[in-house]
Amino acid sequence: MEIKLVKDILQANEVIAAQNKELFAQKGIYVINLMGGAGAGKTTLLERTIERLTGRRRMAVIEGDIATSRDAERIAAHGIPAVQINTGGECHLDGNMVRGGIGQLDLAGIDLLVVENVGNLVCPAEFNIGEDAKAMISSVAEGDDKPLKYPLMFQVSSVLLLNKIDLLPHVAFDVERFRADALKVNPRLEIIPISCTTGEGLDGWLRWLEERSGKRGT
Amino acid sequence: MHELGIAQSLLEIVEQEAQPYAGARVIRIQLRIGKLSTVVPDALRFAFDAVTRGGMAEGAALEIEEVPLTIRCRACEADFIVEDPFMICPHCGAADVEMVSGRELEISSMEICDGD
Repeated sequence: MEIKLVKDILQANEVIAAQNKELFAQKGIYVINLMGGAGAGKTTLLERTIERLTGRRRMAVIEGDIATSRDAERIAAHGIPAVQINTGGECHLDGNMVRGGIGQLDLAGIDLLVVENVGNLVCPAEFNIGEDAKAMISSVAEGDDKPLKYPLMFQVSSVLLLNKIDLLPHVAFDVERFRADALKVNPRLEIIPISCTTGEGLDGWLRWLEERSGKRGT
Repeated sequence: MHELGIAQSLLEIVEQEAQPYAGARVIRIQLRIGKLSTVVPDALRFAFDAVTRGGMAEGAALEIEEVPLTIRCRACEADFIVEDPFMICPHCGAADVEMVSGRELEISSMEICDGD
């Protein structure tokens, strides 16, 4: 016999993500899901962000990696709460893993939570974790063809940071082509070129973050 | 490679749906996978074979229908099936479009045979 049904295979994750989101809303925490390939500069971006937002937002970070707690140690060295999640092989974070990470944080002391996803341009785009917005970071060293090769991540992101622009003189990267392709895939995408090495463009990123995350506790 | 996790989620749904039919075996499952989804059908089949081994869905055939990417242009008030993943109306060039289909990751039906 045939059973007719229409069910989203990811519904179990969607349910948990929605619960996370509700919890974040209750606590007044703005949550970013930071995605990008391995080596794009996700953790370095967070370090520069923490340095500049100290005293302006109370930040915390959940780090997702397949293995090691190196990234959480890098973040914790800046004096903010950092939780490491090791996925043990899974190529992305999902709602349940993030729920586990939330349990280790004092939510009352946080305005802005950044969840750094596993370095990967594919799978993280498919799984909601309860975030307010998805942010993507891509670097000029990766090449300008990424929007067409990995469209879903560009499509689901609200903001795209183009990192390592200080390397532009040394790599064959057509910024205008990259920008045009990214906007074809997602016309609402906000694109901010940055360099975490020189600091160029970071003001635009901080403005984007501060406009969205509320400041409390003052 | 997130197909293993997706195969596990799929198996959970299938087992839940088949639970009222004691002793039943699942022989066929129809899926709808959007063109923009990041799931690789062959990898999903491989993972599904692995997670179903020894259970009620062992050997079940996975029939996968690829759902095209369809966008709706608000200006043209029309839907268009598009090949490229661009959120731009192929008719008028406007960016005021919404995705109608293309991200599906759904189970649409399954066939079971009675255990008796």
